[in-house]
Amino acid sequence: MAEPTSPLRQPLLHESGLKHTTGEARYVDDWPTPPGLLVAQVVVSPLAHAKLKGVDTRAALQVKGVVAVLTAKDVPGTNDVGPVIHDEELFAHDTVRFLGQSIAVVVGESYEACRAGVAAVKIDLEPLPTVLTIDQAIEQKSFLSTNHRLTRGDSKAALAKAPVRFQGEVITGGQDHFYLETQCTLAIPEEGPALRLLSSTQHPSEVQTIVAHVLGWGRHQLVVEVPRMGGGFGGKETQAAPYAAMAALAAVKTGRPVKVWLNRDQDMMWTGKRHPFKTRFDVGFSTDGQLLALEAELFADAGFSTDLSRAILDRALFHMDNGYFIPDVTVTGHLAKTNLPSNTAFRGFGGPQGMAVIEDIMSRAAERLGLEPSELRRKNFYGAAPRNVTPFWQEVKDCRLERLFSELLASSEYTRRKAEVESFNASHRHAKRGIAITPVKFGISFTTSFLNQAGAFVVVYADGSVQLNHGGTEMGQGLHTKMLAVCAHELGVPADRIRVMTTATDKVPNTSATAASSGSDLNGMAVQHAAVTLRERLRPIAAKLLGAPADSAKDVVFENGRVFLPSQPTKTVAFEKVTQDAYLSQISLSATGYYRTPDIHFDKATGRGKPFHYFAYGAAVSEVEVSGLTGEHRLRRVDLLSDVGASLVPSIDKGQVEGAFIQGWGWLTCEEVRFDEKGFLRTHSPDTYKIPAFGDAPVDFRVALLEHAPQDGTIHGSKAVGEPPLMLALSTVAALRHAVSAFGKKGREVVLPMPCTPETVLFAIEAAKAL
Amino acid sequence: MNTLRFNLNGRWVEEPNVAPTTTLLRYLRDVRGLTGTKEGCAEGDCGACSVAVVENGPDGRPHYRAINACLVLLPMVQGKHVVTVEALKSGEYHPAQQAMAAALGSQCGYCTPGIVMSLFEATYREDLKAPWQLDDQLCGNLCRCTGYRPIRDAATAVAGSCPKDSFSAALPESKPGSMAFHHEENGQLFATPTSFDELWSVLDEHPDARFVVGGTDLSLEITKRFQVPPKLVSLEGLHELHTLKEGPTHLLGSAVTISELEDFTATRLPPVHRMVRYFASRQIKHRGTIGGNLCTASPIGDLAPVLVSLGATAVLRSRQGERRVLLEDFFTGYRKTALQLRELLVGVEVPALAPATRASAYKVSKRRELDISAVSAGLLVEVNSQNVVTLARLAFGGMAATTKRATNAEQALVGHPWSEATVDAAAKAITKDFTPMSDHRGSAPYRALVAANLLRGFFDETSVTPQPRLAPGHAATVLTAEEVRRG
Repeated sequence: MAEPTSPLRQPLLHESGLKHTTGEARYVDDWPTPPGLLVAQVVVSPLAHAKLKGVDTRAALQVKGVVAVLTAKDVPGTNDVGPVIHDEELFAHDTVRFLGQSIAVVVGESYEACRAGVAAVKIDLEPLPTVLTIDQAIEQKSFLSTNHRLTRGDSKAALAKAPVRFQGEVITGGQDHFYLETQCTLAIPEEGPALRLLSSTQHPSEVQTIVAHVLGWGRHQLVVEVPRMGGGFGGKETQAAPYAAMAALAAVKTGRPVKVWLNRDQDMMWTGKRHPFKTRFDVGFSTDGQLLALEAELFADAGFSTDLSRAILDRALFHMDNGYFIPDVTVTGHLAKTNLPSNTAFRGFGGPQGMAVIEDIMSRAAERLGLEPSELRRKNFYGAAPRNVTPFWQEVKDCRLERLFSELLASSEYTRRKAEVESFNASHRHAKRGIAITPVKFGISFTTSFLNQAGAFVVVYADGSVQLNHGGTEMGQGLHTKMLAVCAHELGVPADRIRVMTTATDKVPNTSATAASSGSDLNGMAVQHAAVTLRERLRPIAAKLLGAPADSAKDVVFENGRVFLPSQPTKTVAFEKVTQDAYLSQISLSATGYYRTPDIHFDKATGRGKPFHYFAYGAAVSEVEVSGLTGEHRLRRVDLLSDVGASLVPSIDKGQVEGAFIQGWGWLTCEEVRFDEKGFLRTHSPDTYKIPAFGDAPVDFRVALLEHAPQDGTIHGSKAVGEPPLMLALSTVAALRHAVSAFGKKGREVVLPMPCTPETVLFAIEAAKAL
Repeated sequence: MNTLRFNLNGRWVEEPNVAPTTTLLRYLRDVRGLTGTKEGCAEGDCGACSVAVVENGPDGRPHYRAINACLVLLPMVQGKHVVTVEALKSGEYHPAQQAMAAALGSQCGYCTPGIVMSLFEATYREDLKAPWQLDDQLCGNLCRCTGYRPIRDAATAVAGSCPKDSFSAALPESKPGSMAFHHEENGQLFATPTSFDELWSVLDEHPDARFVVGGTDLSLEITKRFQVPPKLVSLEGLHELHTLKEGPTHLLGSAVTISELEDFTATRLPPVHRMVRYFASRQIKHRGTIGGNLCTASPIGDLAPVLVSLGATAVLRSRQGERRVLLEDFFTGYRKTALQLRELLVGVEVPALAPATRASAYKVSKRRELDISAVSAGLLVEVNSQNVVTLARLAFGGMAATTKRATNAEQALVGHPWSEATVDAAAKAITKDFTPMSDHRGSAPYRALVAANLLRGFFDETSVTPQPRLAPGHAATVLTAEEVRRG
């Protein structure tokens, strides 16, 4: 095989992989302690809802080692950290709205001193009535936002005419991000007044904005750096900011470096999670399983403040169709306001919750109608006009679901295995198996259209080595590896000559969050733009060094650290010779790059537009075995096929697909967020909150990327991969439903709320047996 | 007064001024600046803090053992060799590091040092043969990014490879030394006596001291509740408590670790072995002990139900002498035992199992690995040649304030033919035995139904073989007959 001409599309290792294995890879809390470092502990509300009548910090200030205690009164700017709607105080000043809400921060020489200080702060609270569940919020009309709506056609009339019509309720649970690295920011005072913040955040520009807001400063006084994160998954998009603001405020007040780090329990109790949803639906089908009409009302538990909940609810509505054409449809959404932590972005951003509803409906329809579920799903896919319009009036072009299904049904041997499952079920009393295939269609772009922009800054030194800055953050997803490949490809230099720099707001300003699966799409284009700009500047120098006429400059090839003309591939000049000459010729060797996604828009008032640049697709076949005695299950085999377009780095993309699937399976099965009747999180550590463990992953796990599937208008034909595969895990719920139904009579609908814990599954089995 | 002294990454260190209740994790990060070892949960549930320590194995030879640095107090590594992730790369990357990077086994990388240390142990394990052992080796390391497939690939590549390298060469010289330690200062005590005489005299002086061995439960008071126990006496230095003796009655010493128990029971006590498979994680099993698990007297402790069902007896000792208590009577209430002041559990005596005795153990939890049970059970039934039940001991955990036998269900079995009808009647009788509670691990109705179902499943399983073992790839805690045959 020929030497690859660039790292692009090669099975690269993770850019930090070896450093991860040695412990050299540094996270914020690992930073060498700056002289005079102070640490902090937050004073939080012990009640879910109360009037805050007073905070007395005098005794705390007497505690040995305590340096400062800061409350709302100490905020020089605005006491608000709400990212979109300004409804979230940094420190509660007259009312506390959830158990765990920040009231003050104690800053001191050690954690012991800070904890003693926290214990000495006196808080005077008068309890107020609480709203702790979606049902209570509905009953008490406690909403942050209502009546988000998408509609097309006449759903009421179509439902009335539908030959098969049924109603139901779908419940999906919350999910803690459980990034292995908890929230952490280190604030270091610099000359100015100015601050340098090292923060574990997906959104350094927003941390910068919010900190400036809290301090009453200009953003130019702040530099926010993100070395890397130990996982983010959406949990560090907005929710790093409050704790970063405390570190910043304390650093300004004390003039010393301050670190705010949450331990696991604090992180789980105080920060938001995936939104639990409760949906009521009314659906119509033809007797042969054609989806005719849908009305649904979604209620999301937003917690005490808005955070990103509006956009999350919108994305849930945008994904109520998944890959299915619904001729007549009305979906409405509401944000319940509860006295719980403010729920936030989590991989999929509402999409999984919307999709879970329609997939549940498809399973129930198949159960009721006695139809093969894979066929029922398939016959409802988007197709040619007029069956190509979504509930938000965007045309679905190039729907790849039919291709994905036919390839995956064949490669997974679905039909043969389904027959085997049925025969297993016929011969086993206490154990049943289930198998199912489900599709994913996921819209790519921030639905707030202006966010779809990115920047890069590429620096070439005279010795030919390169520093690459871009606006995206690295949280493990391999963004830096991909950006490195894009940059190396355009400059024609080996990957080891490029260093991806710490993400910093002084290198690339005004960035969007690394979120919405957009990291590679947006930053990739910006990096390409910057690198191409530099390469074009180098062409005339290269041509001159090759002794070629000036008009051949456009033909010069940059490859593997050399430049040459295609007509004379053996006559080459080293890249560093070109850069050295460029420097001596007074050519600028740094360039910025910029990109914005073209032609996307959405009108919230009418619920119409083209919010997505394109759709990413996928399909999954899962086979499970369920115990009828305990409700436990095991994934026997999983086959995934993901459409990531023409993958930039297939080894990285495959890791994203697998990891997302298992995380989705966790959300749908073993991960259960439980608050008690006081609003206290019972599941606040891995002792009680169980994410998937090593032995839960299927040993027979077959993951493939759809081949020959480039996408138009994206970086090198690739597609987003971060979120879409999470929803492939819905196949496990469909498979569980199949297994549960096998305990009962055919033709009955299974009722199985999510998460499908052993308890939920066992009671679903008991219900199936009783029918 | 001895000084804390242990070997860290090849060098002996002495720490006269570090508080003995400092965890190894905090010491490594805060005192030594070794930040490769991470805090992910401070409770032994995530494994990001895993390091290796050299311990003697059942073969009497030293072995690397992965442990949770977050739960180890410094005197617990007194005289021992500790290896952290920083020491693995010496010029070349260690095979575990190479395998992880090559498999893309890291994404965010935060769990990676801990996983590398679990793989480090696995690299030098000569006993790592069966596929379930790989799951067992790594179930104490959570990864939120990869979905584990690439980590499994890396593990498969290095597990049991036993390379001849500097680490294997260093092992024979790295045997653990004396754990003797005594530190008393400002009302704080940490003592590790190495003889009973010493123990009794420490206790005479400090009758209010608390016992600790592995610390996997007690350390949580320090790492989670931030309370420092003023007086601790470690029993780890008492050689006799590490006894494992085979016989018509097996003697299991109270300081025997769960991983040692796992090896010992593989052939001798299959039901115990089966329960131990899903006992915490490899890291916890290396530190957690029989005595610790029993003396915390938690109603959801894993060992109690199975040992009660086997008719175990607790051996207690004080300066005044020894006494024996039936294990089921050892638990006197929620987290209460029959132990008196200055008395300790020496071990448990477990009658050897007759080949025809039907016995098994089950643990039902939200997650299969490293979870706490909603319901657990140790079930034992003897049936005579006329197929009539002559003895039934059905012990359940998670159903009451203590591990408790289901006496109504037992009565419904004894004297009746061992049949599905009898078992069904007994299963129904279990509702009279317990009034379980509802919590985040399971509701009362779920617990009641599962307890009854475990008995039904036990009947099914033991119709194939009297002491069924876990089968590879089993779907649930209760096996299908097919799985039992396969296993």
